[in-house]
Amino acid sequence: MAILELQNLKKYYATQKAVDDISFSIPEGNIFGLLGPNGAGKTTLLRMITGIFYPDSGSILFEGKKFDPVKDIPKIGYMPEERGLYKKMKIGEQALYLAMLKGMSRTDANRKVKEWFVKFEMQSWWNKKVDDLSKGMSQKLQFVITALHEPRLLILDEPFSGLDPVNSNVIKEEIFKLAQKGTTIIFSTHRMEQVEEICDNIVLVNMGKKILDGSVKQIKYDCKENIFKVGFDSIPQSFPNDVFEIVRSKDNFLTVKINDGYNPAAVLQQFLTHGASIISFNEILPSLNDIFIKKVEDTKVSRQFQNVN
Amino acid sequence: MDKIWLVIKREYLTRVRNKTFILSTILLPLFFIGFIVASAYFSIKNTENEKIAVEDDNGIFKNSFQSDKVITYEFPAGVNADNFKEKGYSAFLKIPDTYDSRHDSISLISDKQLGIAAEDKVKDQINAAIRNKAFLKNNINKKILDSINAIHEEDLYKFSTVIKQGNKTEQSNSGLSYGIGFGSGILIYMTLFIYGAAVMRGVMEEKMNRIAEVIISSVKPFQLMMGKIIGIAAVGITQLLIWMVLITGLISITSGIISHNMLEHMQTVGTSMSSPNNTAAINFLTTKDTFLGANWGLILPCFLFYFIGGYLFYASLFAAVGSVVNEDPQEAQSLMLPITMPIILSFVIMINAVGKPDSPISVWSSMIPFSSPIVMMARIPSGSVPGWQIAVSMISLVAGFVLTTMLAAKIYRTGILLYGKKVTFKEMGKWLFRKS
Repeated sequence: MAILELQNLKKYYATQKAVDDISFSIPEGNIFGLLGPNGAGKTTLLRMITGIFYPDSGSILFEGKKFDPVKDIPKIGYMPEERGLYKKMKIGEQALYLAMLKGMSRTDANRKVKEWFVKFEMQSWWNKKVDDLSKGMSQKLQFVITALHEPRLLILDEPFSGLDPVNSNVIKEEIFKLAQKGTTIIFSTHRMEQVEEICDNIVLVNMGKKILDGSVKQIKYDCKENIFKVGFDSIPQSFPNDVFEIVRSKDNFLTVKINDGYNPAAVLQQFLTHGASIISFNEILPSLNDIFIKKVEDTKVSRQFQNVN
Repeated sequence: MDKIWLVIKREYLTRVRNKTFILSTILLPLFFIGFIVASAYFSIKNTENEKIAVEDDNGIFKNSFQSDKVITYEFPAGVNADNFKEKGYSAFLKIPDTYDSRHDSISLISDKQLGIAAEDKVKDQINAAIRNKAFLKNNINKKILDSINAIHEEDLYKFSTVIKQGNKTEQSNSGLSYGIGFGSGILIYMTLFIYGAAVMRGVMEEKMNRIAEVIISSVKPFQLMMGKIIGIAAVGITQLLIWMVLITGLISITSGIISHNMLEHMQTVGTSMSSPNNTAAINFLTTKDTFLGANWGLILPCFLFYFIGGYLFYASLFAAVGSVVNEDPQEAQSLMLPITMPIILSFVIMINAVGKPDSPISVWSSMIPFSSPIVMMARIPSGSVPGWQIAVSMISLVAGFVLTTMLAAKIYRTGILLYGKKVTFKEMGKWLFRKS
C-alpha cells in the first residue's frame, strides 16, 4: 500500500512554476529518494507534503485518505534543509518542546527523549545549549528531534551534510532500522552515491517536472548503454569490427560499447575468433550520478524566471 | 489551541528566566526610587547652612534682611571679599556705601557657585528691602507696612477648581491629572517600543537560526506568531505588575524612614528654592496622599486596556517586519520606519493632549487605533472624556488589532520561509492579497 500518493500536484509562484504537475506514489516502508538539481522544486514539493504550503491544484493522499495537515502532522517528521534550533535554549528542554509540538504528552515526550538520548549517547547534553555543540553534534540532535516522535513518514532533506563518516554511519544505520520497523523515509539529496546505497525507489525532478520514477535497479537497467568490461590475460591486438567500440583500455581490461543490433554474445565471439583469452565479462550499469547528469544537463543549469500565466 | 499554549509557555518562560529580565525588573524601581530620594536629599543638603556676610556700612539694609532655614544673613565687622571664607561664610554681599542711585551695583562674591535658587533668594531679599524703603520714604506707616507684608496667600483664600458635568461635580486636580496622563502616555509609548521590538527580535531569531521551518512543520505559522505575541504580552504584564508592587512598596518604606516633618521641611525648602527638578522629586514624595484623589477606578482598567490593546495592535506588525528581514540589521531599521512613525507621532500629539485634552486633534487621534493607546491615556485622567468617545476608541482599537494581525499574519507566513532575498513593500503588498 502506498503511504503517500501525489496526484497532479501544482504550485506556481509569481515568476516560476515551482512544481508543475507531478504525480508519484511511495510504498509503505520504502526508502525513497527525491532527487533533482538545485531549484528543481524539491523543497516546494516537500513543503506541500508537510502541510506548510497548500498546492494550487492536485491532491495528496496520506495513508489512502486526503491529507489533512492538522490530523496527519504528528505522523510526519520533517527535517528541512534550512534547519536549526534555538541557540540559547537548553537541549533537553528544546527536544521536549519540539516533541510536544508534535502532539506528544509531556510524559511520553520525556520518556522518548531520554530513550533516544541514551541511544545516541547524548545524555550529557541535556543541560547544555545548542551554542555549545559542534556542527556535527547539532546535526545529530536535529535528526533525533525529527525522528523521536516515531513518525510513519520521515522526511530528511540532505541529512548527512556536515556529518563525519562515523556519525553519518550512525544515522544511516538508524534510517535502516526505522525502515525495517515500517517507517517510510523520503530522502532528498543530490549526493548520488548515498542514494544508490540507501534508496529503494527514486523520483528525479527537474524544472518542476518529474523526469524519472522507479526502483533504483530498474532505472539503472532502463538507462543502461550496453557497456561491458572485458578482462583478458593480456590485451589483444585491436581489430576493426562493426559489433562494438572500445571506450577505454586500462590494465588488462577493455571497456566496450556494443553497437545497436548486436548482443553481448556477438562481442565474445569477435574476441574469441581473434584468439583473445577472456577471463571476465561484466555489464557496466550507469551510476545514478551519470544518469542524473545526463538527464539534467540538457537543461539550463540554473532555472530561468518565467511567466506563469 | 494546545499548541499555541505550548508556544506561549516557551516564549514566557525563556524570557522570564532570563538574567537580564530579572535584573532590569528589580533594578529599575530601585533606581527610580533611589534617584528621587537622592535628588530630594541633595536638594536639602546643598541648601542648608549658607551663611552670607553682608557689608552694609551705612546700615541701609540692616534690619530688612530676614534669615531663614536656608540662608542666614549676618552683618559682621572686619569681613571683606578676601577673608569671608576664613571667617566661616559661604558668600560675601557687598552693598555700596551710599546706596541710592539706580546704577549702583550690588555684588555677591563667593568661591563657588551658590546656585540659581540661592541667588534668586538673595535678590528677592534685596528687592523686598528696597521696596520697603521706598514705601517708608513715601510716608507709609511702618506698622501698616508690616501688617501688609505679613499677609500670605493661604491666609486669605483657598483656591480650588471644580469640574461640572450636568449634575455631577468633582474636585479636579489638574496638576495630578496632567502627571498621570503624561506618565501613562509615556509608559505606553515606551512599552510599545520595548515589547514590540522584543517580538520583532524573537521572529528574526527564529528565522535566522533556521528553526522557523522546523516549527512550522508542526504548528501553523499563525499559531507560532500569536503564541509569541501573547507570550511576550504576558512578560510585559508581569514586569509591569512587579514594578507597580515594588514601587509602591519602596515608596511606603522610604516615606516611613523619612519622617513627616522632614518631608514638610523638604517641601518648604523645595518650593522656596524653586528649582524645577528638585520640586518634581519632592512633590512626588510628598503628594503621595493626593494620589488617591485621582479617579483610579477608571484610569487603571483603561490603562490596562490600552497597554494591552496598543501592544496587540503593533506587535503583529513588528512580527511581520521581523519575518521579512534577512541577515542585515540595517534592513530592519528601514522596514520598521512605517511602524515607528505613527508611534512617534502619537507621542507628539500626546504631549499636546495632556494640556488640552479636548482639542480636536486630541479627540480625533484618541479614537484612531494608530494613536489611540497613547493619546487616550493622556486624556482620560482629566475626567473630561465622554463615555461614548472611550467606547468608540476601544471598539476601533479592538477592530484595529484584529485587522493588523490578519494582515501581518499573511506577510509573516511567507516571509518567515524566505531566505536570502530582500523584500520590498510592493512585494509584501502582493502577499496581502494572495489566497493561501
